[in-house]
Amino acid sequence: MSKERRVGGPIQQDPQDGAAARDDAGSGPVPVTMGRRNLLRGAALGALGLAAAGAVGAMVDSSPSSATTTEPTKPAHQWAMVIDLRYCNGCKLCTAACQNAHFLHQDQTWIDVFTMQNAAGESYAMPRPCMMCEDPPCVPVCPVGANIRTAEGLTLVDQNRCVGTRICMNSCPYQARYFNFSAPRPAPRQPFPQEPAWPVPQVEGTVGKCVFCAAMLPSGKLPECMANCPMGVLYLGDLETDVAVNGLGNTVKLSTFLADNDAVKFKESYGTHPRVFYIQGHGQDLEADAASA
Amino acid sequence: MSDDNAGTGTVGAPSAGGHLEEPHALHDVRAAAMRPVVDTPRWWWPTVGVLAAVVVLGVVAWAVQVADGLGVAGYNNQGFWAVYEADLVAFIGVSYGGAVVSAILRLTRAAWRAPLTRIAEATALVTLPIGMLFIIPHLGSPWRIWELVWPPDWNLSSPILWDFFAVSTYLLATAVFFYLPLIPDLAIARRLLGPGQTGVRARALRRAYKVLGGRWDGTPPQRRLLQGAIGLVAIMIIPMAVSVHSVLSFAFASSSRAGYAETIFPVYFVVAALYTGVALVVISVAACRRLWHLERFINPRHFVRLGLVMVAFGAAYIYLTFTEYLVDGYSGTIDSAAWVRQVLVGRYWIPFWFYFVAAGVIPIAIMAFRRTRTSTGVVVASGLVLVAMWVKRLVIVIPPATEPLVHTPLASGGVLTGNWGSYHFTWVPIAITVAATAAIPLLLLILFRFVPILPIGEMEEIALEEAEPTMATGIGAVGAGAGLATAIPGSSFAMGTSLRDVTDEEGSW
Repeated sequence: MSKERRVGGPIQQDPQDGAAARDDAGSGPVPVTMGRRNLLRGAALGALGLAAAGAVGAMVDSSPSSATTTEPTKPAHQWAMVIDLRYCNGCKLCTAACQNAHFLHQDQTWIDVFTMQNAAGESYAMPRPCMMCEDPPCVPVCPVGANIRTAEGLTLVDQNRCVGTRICMNSCPYQARYFNFSAPRPAPRQPFPQEPAWPVPQVEGTVGKCVFCAAMLPSGKLPECMANCPMGVLYLGDLETDVAVNGLGNTVKLSTFLADNDAVKFKESYGTHPRVFYIQGHGQDLEADAASA
Repeated sequence: MSDDNAGTGTVGAPSAGGHLEEPHALHDVRAAAMRPVVDTPRWWWPTVGVLAAVVVLGVVAWAVQVADGLGVAGYNNQGFWAVYEADLVAFIGVSYGGAVVSAILRLTRAAWRAPLTRIAEATALVTLPIGMLFIIPHLGSPWRIWELVWPPDWNLSSPILWDFFAVSTYLLATAVFFYLPLIPDLAIARRLLGPGQTGVRARALRRAYKVLGGRWDGTPPQRRLLQGAIGLVAIMIIPMAVSVHSVLSFAFASSSRAGYAETIFPVYFVVAALYTGVALVVISVAACRRLWHLERFINPRHFVRLGLVMVAFGAAYIYLTFTEYLVDGYSGTIDSAAWVRQVLVGRYWIPFWFYFVAAGVIPIAIMAFRRTRTSTGVVVASGLVLVAMWVKRLVIVIPPATEPLVHTPLASGGVLTGNWGSYHFTWVPIAITVAATAAIPLLLLILFRFVPILPIGEMEEIALEEAEPTMATGIGAVGAGAGLATAIPGSSFAMGTSLRDVTDEEGSW
């Protein structure tokens, strides 16, 4: 299983042979004079054809050629996020900023802040955006291929395709996907078209999730949560250029920053290879340090 | 189920006598099988009306859901799968009864199954599409459902698409399996609706029987071909049935949630489907027997045998449940232990233990004691099984969907935090579920207005084999069903001795 198996975007290969065989099997009512043996044979062929199409599709998917639709062969960025828990005070301004920007309902917390407890019994706040997994479990389970993993490593949802089976919500180990169970909040005219990179307004009956504000990244703007974090907890990172920057303007060398601070990934044992890195801590001490500094 | 008490004893007088053209010897089976087609009892239209009204109410509820979003059905982000998913599993599951009674019992040459096969297959044929229809309220954007049937949009790595393929293949097989044994009956039915029956309906029926029945005239080559085809489909339909619920379980099991990510799920789902499938066949057969007076052909022994088949599956299901919770609880990872605790003693303990008592202990107890091992006992047990297994499906679907997934501290040694979500019933899914339940008797009542309720050809075939094993090969090219009667003059129906005589309610099986 290649990690990049879905890089090619939402467009699925056309299983022509499968489709043709299926037509054979399911063409209208069972004709009486036609041999039932033929009918059964047709059905069996149809099933075989589908299986073959699936196998071929899986192989075609992982071939590099399908990744070169619009993106250059080597993307300029590989987006990541660093969350420095030493500074997070759990104010949830990131959540509010995200919901404001994307016109989300109260329960659609694309970046949510959970209260956790460490071994010492101290509680700490832990922001949880989409982990932008390198091997996202949510992508392959969608029956209509509405989940996209872009060449720059972002997992996005095509809300004009999503049928709302919610199986991606089932497969996400981070509880990071949110459904539109009712009409979305009305949004004014947006600077970007409604597209997977900027899903505003949301679409009723489809799944939405954190997109790292993908539409804003090309113009050099930080995602809303990072830009609005008063503590500078959230860093936008780029694995390609090996830098990370937070909303306070601190710029660090990503690899050194992660190594020096013993950064970890959340639920790494699930094999999802998240691109969100956590620097452990629990706020209190360093918050005081930062205030006095 | 509702037709069971919709009026008994008001069935119209057996008016078939004057119209049927067959020799007296075969009258019993044929008249009884054709009675629902020929007669319209007084209760028929009111019952159909009430059931149709309930179905319409369900459609209205669905329309409300389409207008207002899935939220009106009680769904939320930490309770994203609930009733419709349980319904999908439960209604597709009950269609397994047809496969059991017709395929497994056919292949094991259990001759007693014969009078039950048509009812069982018809029940499978109507419940499977109803179950499939639950995909529609399940979807958040049902107006895009065409993407699921439109190959260019398919993402073949999705378990939901596998479901779609498996279930549609099974539907095709179920329809074929319903149709094949029907072919001789259509030819017989066309003759039975003889010149004595005039009127638009009789003429239309005769024409339909002629088209659908093909050129069946019961010649030995035709019989051999048909027997071969039925045997082949009977063999094929068993792995198909197994695949359907296995694949259905993959939609749950392909996640990393405790309670869904279970390797036991495929087996677990298949056994549950077989269990409830037999239970629905019992209810369905009991209702048909009462409503259309099939007591001469379906006797208490049939119920007791079905009941025993049912509790065999029930015992297997209890065993699987036990192993699932034991292993998950014992291994004690944070997630699985929390989930097991919630189900057994936590917030879901009432539905779980209701299942355990109503679909585990009581049916087995009913079948264990001679005093309760009667047709009434079996029907009561089956009703309990159907209700309790639906509740069990809720217990399977809802708790893992409400699990808190962000709770594990990043460093070891932390404390489990995280809030469980919840799902709250609203009237919408209840109305849709009730409507789907009402649709089963509704469609059966309508279906049996058109097809013989007993498999005439099959019953006569078995009767013939039992009467004169050597005769079976000796039948010449004789005209439709009448051939059998002329071939065994005065057999008065060998089936009489094998299937009809047991009417003792004691039911010594």
